[in-house]
Amino acid sequence: MTTERERRFVGPRRGQRVFALAILGMAVGLLFLLPDQTTWAKNTKLFAQPRFWPAVALSGMAVFAALHVYRLPWKRVTRHDVQELRRWLSAVEFAAWFMGYVVLVPIAGYLPVTLVFVPALAWRMGYRRRSMILICFAFATIVVIFFKAVLAVRIPGALLYETLPAALRSFAILYL
Amino acid sequence: MDLLYSAFDILLRWDVAIALLAGSVGGVLIGAIPGVGPAVAIAILLPATFSLDPIVGLTVLLGIYGSSMYGGAIPAILINTPGTAVNALTTYDGHPMTARGEPRRALSLAYSASFFGGVFSVICLILFAPVLARIAPMFGSREIFLAALLGLTLVVVAHRGQTLIAGALACLGIFLNTIGMEPVKYTQRYTFDQDFLGSGVNLIVVVLGLFALSQAFVLLTDEDEKIRVSRLRGGMFQGLRELARHPRVASVSASFGVLMGMIPGVGEFTAQFMAYTYAQKTSKRPQDFGRGSSEGLIAAETSNNAVPAAAMVPLLALGIPGEALTAMMLSVFYVHNVVPGPGLFQNQMDFVVALYLALLLLNILVLLFLLGATGVLVQVVRIPNRFLGVCILTLSFVGVYSLRNSATDCMLAAGFGVFGFILKRLSLPAVPIILGMVLGGIMEVKLRAAMARVKTPLDFIDRPVAFILFLLIITVLLVHVLRVRKDSQSLKEAEWQIKTASTSFGALMWRRRNSFLKAHGKKVRARHSRLLRRLTDLF
Repeated sequence: MTTERERRFVGPRRGQRVFALAILGMAVGLLFLLPDQTTWAKNTKLFAQPRFWPAVALSGMAVFAALHVYRLPWKRVTRHDVQELRRWLSAVEFAAWFMGYVVLVPIAGYLPVTLVFVPALAWRMGYRRRSMILICFAFATIVVIFFKAVLAVRIPGALLYETLPAALRSFAILYL
Repeated sequence: MDLLYSAFDILLRWDVAIALLAGSVGGVLIGAIPGVGPAVAIAILLPATFSLDPIVGLTVLLGIYGSSMYGGAIPAILINTPGTAVNALTTYDGHPMTARGEPRRALSLAYSASFFGGVFSVICLILFAPVLARIAPMFGSREIFLAALLGLTLVVVAHRGQTLIAGALACLGIFLNTIGMEPVKYTQRYTFDQDFLGSGVNLIVVVLGLFALSQAFVLLTDEDEKIRVSRLRGGMFQGLRELARHPRVASVSASFGVLMGMIPGVGEFTAQFMAYTYAQKTSKRPQDFGRGSSEGLIAAETSNNAVPAAAMVPLLALGIPGEALTAMMLSVFYVHNVVPGPGLFQNQMDFVVALYLALLLLNILVLLFLLGATGVLVQVVRIPNRFLGVCILTLSFVGVYSLRNSATDCMLAAGFGVFGFILKRLSLPAVPIILGMVLGGIMEVKLRAAMARVKTPLDFIDRPVAFILFLLIITVLLVHVLRVRKDSQSLKEAEWQIKTASTSFGALMWRRRNSFLKAHGKKVRARHSRLLRRLTDLF
């Protein structure tokens, strides 16, 4: 039965303990690395020490996280927490899609990769109608033109563009 | 008057006009799409604005910030789903109006109330600017350190019921800011001998990960919802007339918005809560609140729209952002070597007034746009969630990659995206991380500078402003401790199903002891043992 303490907890139950323990573990682990990863400068006051702020931040993090773990209404990891962990991992797939996009742009070019990436991801998400794929192509084209040609954001030309004829190459590097 | 002329001079440019238009229309569209929100849009557009003039870039971002709440009211009223988080209260009275066949009245009232809130706050701040210009120079290193500490404390304690984890996340933000080459002694901090960590963790990479990419992951892993939009009937101008019938609720709510907006870490939610409570308590028909009350809708929308202009005060006057959106805007200032703080008010007052005037114009533009285009605009709520996720993921690439053309930045952003996704799944706040990063950096620099001139600890608070700030920090902490004690007492009462004078263990023992010593206690115990004996005899 749900207790009053559990009912009053802000947020869902699943995953809370795992997350709190992970944050606590990270803080303690980083705190142990403090002497190795920071320097103690001689003839320097405490507040000006390079080690001071990382120590303050990590100590604060460890103390707050430990108190949070202590105050959690649930004391053990259940199967719901494990299911939640799996749900967290589902986001990694889309992080991988994003990284694939990042890796391919300097090789094949911003416009060509975006024109493939947007419809491909939309297809993966279950949008199979022709109209939706056309919207994806239009969206990809508008994004590239708006950011690269209009706002001139810094996205370098791709290796593939080197194979183009000279006149087309400079156009592609600048606008596509 | 000269100040106003020079401010207009800054604004009268074609690129500022385009920025105003793009910011207002873009902001309304972004606000009207549930699941996007101004934080995602600002995070994506941030690197693109670096190549623009500060006034142009800031006008776009301010436009999105200020007008997204107008747009957020549309899905809140029509489909009971707030477009932005701060429109949640709008659903209480807005959607019941739609349910009883008055969607146009609700929308028009929401627009009018938002317009009043926005204009009221800008006028207040233009009038307040000379006072700020006089107060701002009183802030030296120690005052700015204490103001940043106050901001961070407020942000942490504002997360009621999650204070401890919010504190841990704020400390994580401070830690993230310390990674990389330390600028005074030139030593490495937590770089693990990796070159890419030498220059530190970029704020925009973290912002894009925590706000944009995480939102894309949430949408991509979610299901699409079927949305039915009600047909709009009636005139759009009736809201202005109805607002004029409630001048007291509108002006008090806008004042709450201005006051709460100026305090770092407090923002729209507290302003709305206070305005709504005030409106309900002083209303002749309090029973209508939550069932389609026009006063409730006015209170919610006026107070949240009064916040954006006010939130610029700590940023411009002290260089201290009070929440995530203004923290993002701070980076626009830094990129252009414009240092917000006391110096800005002394030397570039026209720039500050120009920003406020831009907000004023923006409110007018947004109202005109919404009065004419709501019929078409309501269709954007139909965009499927997962397709929005695809769009945000595509746009996030521009935001991260255009920063330094670094795949490592993108990898870090993806990592923070997954982290932000986890935070969203657990309903934990990401804002303390961002403010920890920004305010942690300010606190490190200012504490070092301040301590060089301080001999004893008491010297730190020997100036009036520093002392007031110190007292405020102590007050905030004391109020928080009292609130936690009260919550814990009410929890014990609820758990034990009794309400006694005290729920502490000591008081319980004291009552027990008295019961044992008094004659009445002996009688009661004798009766209980008699009853117990009878019960055990049955078995």
